[in-house]
Amino acid sequence: MKLKLALAQINTKLGEVEANLSKHLEYIEKAKAQKTDLIVFPELSLTGYVLQDLVALAAHQPTEEDPIFKPLLAASKDLDIVVGFVDEDSRHRFYIASAYLSGGKVLHVHHKVYLPTYGLFDEGRFFAWGDSIRSFDTKFGRVGMLICEDFWHASPPYLLWLDGADIMLFSSASPGRGLNDKDKLESARWVERVNKAYASMFTSFVAHANRVGYEDGLHFWGGATIFDPNGEELAHGPYNEEAITYAELDLNQLRRTRSRLPLLRDERTALVQKELDRILSRG
Amino acid sequence: MADINLSINTDLAREILTGFIKSEITRVGMSRAVIGLSGGIDSALSCALAVEALGRDNVLAVRMPYRLSSQGSLDHAQLLIDQLGIPSKTIEITDMVEPLFKLEPEMSKLRKGNIMARERMIVIYDQSEVFKGLVVGTSNKTEILLGYSTLFGDSANALNPIGDLYKTQVRQLSRAMNIPAPIMDKAPSADLWEDQTDEKELGFTYEDADHLLYLLVDQRYSPQEAVEAGFDKKFVEAVTTRIRRNQFKRMLPPIAKVSNRTIGYDFLYLRDWGT
Repeated sequence: MKLKLALAQINTKLGEVEANLSKHLEYIEKAKAQKTDLIVFPELSLTGYVLQDLVALAAHQPTEEDPIFKPLLAASKDLDIVVGFVDEDSRHRFYIASAYLSGGKVLHVHHKVYLPTYGLFDEGRFFAWGDSIRSFDTKFGRVGMLICEDFWHASPPYLLWLDGADIMLFSSASPGRGLNDKDKLESARWVERVNKAYASMFTSFVAHANRVGYEDGLHFWGGATIFDPNGEELAHGPYNEEAITYAELDLNQLRRTRSRLPLLRDERTALVQKELDRILSRG
Repeated sequence: MADINLSINTDLAREILTGFIKSEITRVGMSRAVIGLSGGIDSALSCALAVEALGRDNVLAVRMPYRLSSQGSLDHAQLLIDQLGIPSKTIEITDMVEPLFKLEPEMSKLRKGNIMARERMIVIYDQSEVFKGLVVGTSNKTEILLGYSTLFGDSANALNPIGDLYKTQVRQLSRAMNIPAPIMDKAPSADLWEDQTDEKELGFTYEDADHLLYLLVDQRYSPQEAVEAGFDKKFVEAVTTRIRRNQFKRMLPPIAKVSNRTIGYDFLYLRDWGT
């Protein structure tokens, strides 16, 4: 089975959800013309990243009634769509979220579980922490979604893997930092290194969509990537400019790789649990 | 001495910084920039980046000499203007500042220097309105950290592309962007009085300062660790004191909080709000 994937690295207008929606619909049309099965947008793609006091104004709920999600859900009848947004729950907690839309329905919503609140980041001040990491079924197999800092920690991809995800969809709004004499920023090199490592260690597909553009002095570097279950790069988007990066995922590669390298079969989850119980009960 | 490498990938720096200038100017509905060109390397680099970002017709270089400014400063600024092929203006500030100087014949060099820097700010912001361009800043990371600037004078700008580059990195990027050799080669000077040079006034070289600042700021060394890495204790103390004492120049003035929502504390938006 083949899956044609598109990673849309877009720029956004800060807090202008309707303008960003128009760009989403435009990119979805472009991807549709290329017979794309699934298009993934970056973290907070509908809102922009450094929202601060704009959070409540930019929030939406992924429902048919929502004016922003209504056209996106309609578009998801033609191809599956992952968007980034601010999710407001019924008790008015705001989350950094990704929604997987398919066939006019919301298949899954992930709330970012790790909110970086250090250095240049201040997410914990403005957002609620997600509290679940779940894989979910799609017509292409079982999928897991994570948002930026989520995959800077090793445990969320590991949990998705054990929960059955063979395709991991990562999204970011990653501010570039660490300019030195290398040809890429330190932040870009780090993200690409761990994405490749997750694909290799979990013998899974790992795709990453990162936004581009500027917000005040912050610069978002793009550079979408897709790695296959052998850890090989299938496609790499340009840096610092808007683009759609396409790749055809041969899902049969999962079987071939795991026949050769049965890391999933041999993973000793009971041992992990036993040792975690011991480690966590110590204090 | 610790092995410190401050060199940067100049292609990548150029791409990010020109993208920044373009984004931050065009997103507010403008397309042009105004830069005060001193004849020194920092304003030359900012100007070259702005030209690459916006096109040469969209950058106005303004030379603002005082009667005691060195001829070299004017000539070097002209070299860059000619090389880039950009529009320029020369507006002498002598007649604007001397009436104020004359009120107090004993006025110190420092006060006169500050007055000149602030007069240039007035002129450049006025030209910003005439040319319909935003004022692009020319302060580098070294001088911002050391506070080697006049508050509301040369530090005033709408956006600063080079404020995260140390002086030695400014030199490296300037070389890559073919800034004319006389600008590259001369001693850095604020040119506020005759024979002034930055390094004489600061009491240390930019190269030493950059290496130390890189450890203290970027690498988060404690002052004690910097001494252990081979820096002179007095030098480390002088630099750490300067950084701390000049924090006020790097921020907006604090507002006394009395309400539930106060600008600067809990009224938080980026400048790029809505764009």
